[in-house]
Amino acid sequence: MITVQNLHKRFTENTVLRGVNMQIEKGESMVIIGGSGTGKSVLLKCILGLEKPDNGKIFINGQDTTKLDRNLFLSSFGMLFQNAALFDSLTVWKNVAFRLLQGSNKMSEKQAKDIAVEKLRRVGLSPDVAEKYPAELSGGMQKRVGLARAIAANPGIIFFDEPTTGLDPIMSSVINELIREIVVEMGATAMTITHDMSSVRAIADKVIMLHDGLVQWSGVIGDLEKSQNPYLNQFLNGNAEGPIEAVR
Amino acid sequence: MNTFNKLLRSIGASVLDFCSTIGRIVIFACSSISHIFRPPFYGKELFSQFMQIGFYSLPVVGLTALFTGAALALQIYSGGARFSAESVVPSIVAIGMVRELGPVLGGLMVAGRVSSSIAAELGTMRVTEQIDALVTLSTNPMKYLVAPRLLAATIAMPVLVAVGDTIGILGGYLVGTGRLGFNSNNYLKNTVDFMELEDVTSGLAKAAVFGFIIALMGCYHGYNSGRGAQGVGKATINAVVSASVMILAANYILTEAFF
Repeated sequence: MITVQNLHKRFTENTVLRGVNMQIEKGESMVIIGGSGTGKSVLLKCILGLEKPDNGKIFINGQDTTKLDRNLFLSSFGMLFQNAALFDSLTVWKNVAFRLLQGSNKMSEKQAKDIAVEKLRRVGLSPDVAEKYPAELSGGMQKRVGLARAIAANPGIIFFDEPTTGLDPIMSSVINELIREIVVEMGATAMTITHDMSSVRAIADKVIMLHDGLVQWSGVIGDLEKSQNPYLNQFLNGNAEGPIEAVR
Repeated sequence: MNTFNKLLRSIGASVLDFCSTIGRIVIFACSSISHIFRPPFYGKELFSQFMQIGFYSLPVVGLTALFTGAALALQIYSGGARFSAESVVPSIVAIGMVRELGPVLGGLMVAGRVSSSIAAELGTMRVTEQIDALVTLSTNPMKYLVAPRLLAATIAMPVLVAVGDTIGILGGYLVGTGRLGFNSNNYLKNTVDFMELEDVTSGLAKAAVFGFIIALMGCYHGYNSGRGAQGVGKATINAVVSASVMILAANYILTEAFF
């Protein structure tokens, strides 16, 4: 379970988060939507510990993240980055098995490679890909490798940052389905950031809409289309006119 | 008065900015050094960086040293001839290469090659979120990326400079015996006789410091690179310029110390 309480974050003159509150139950898939620059990625980075909040608390399974052992905390989740963020200098299997090859409980290369190949297969990639370098793969394949890396250590929590950015609609649909299947299969808690509504419909149990550093709407996926919230409606309908000012 | 105030404010802001940059570099350097000595250690990364920084820099350092040694022999001969001191060519070439030109020119050449490469690599990793990915994979980027590069450069530079010095002396020898009419045995004897152990050790100590500076500047600017291609480009330029200037400044300080 992830709980965020009254989270504030500011970069010099720019206040990005103004008191965000949210809760993701265990095994639930939460999707956070909102326009560009509304604080979605900053919220994610605060939860991951990549940015330090100015104020507020974050709890993972009831424990304050600032008081958790950093490595233990990090080992409990997986992350799929917007552009996969694969390590160029490592082969695909070493990317997938990266976490398994580090730390005091590291596995042998053989064991780690076997798991990497199995995870690659799970995301629909053949074992031949294992020895290639990320630069030799298409965008969709890189996303799949990123997904395989995120699930390699069977984490309890998985974060997805714009999982379909830069992909064609068919590949987006494939990635969305994969994410949904894997999250359900692993019984993991998932948090996804996106502004792709097809992702929202495919992945979400619950949805939160962020605007101007605040939660403007939250609810279950079934309530999304019925909502009368002007911010949400403008976002869903893609209107230039409304309470959300488009940056021109 | 208003213009004077503006000028003062601008100078003050620049001084503060300079001081804060120096402070950030010192904190980065201290943190990096502490990671070198604390586990986990990344032996494969260290070896790979040693090869990248040391082995692959050999051609550029070797060629620089060869031509510098050759030119130095001609210059010293030309200057020495004015007061009938042509015989000092072998010893001055050797001492000049080992104490000064080998480490400084080698350092500057490696700064151009390695600082830029480290800054571009880490800058790209920053921009493409690979550094964030390392953190989420329970790996400290300072330990995995910065510490091996710093240690590899600090070890590799003295080795590179020792090879460069030898090649530089060889350049002087080739010109001395082939063009200036020196006897081969006498040239070698003069080279060895006038050189002291301190000449070699001071040059190698300089090289180790320069290696540290080269990697530190590459890592610092790359790790803190701005966004996009422009940010990486700027980080690369800053790394090379700051490493080169710091090598020249450190060279003077170390020369004073070994004087």
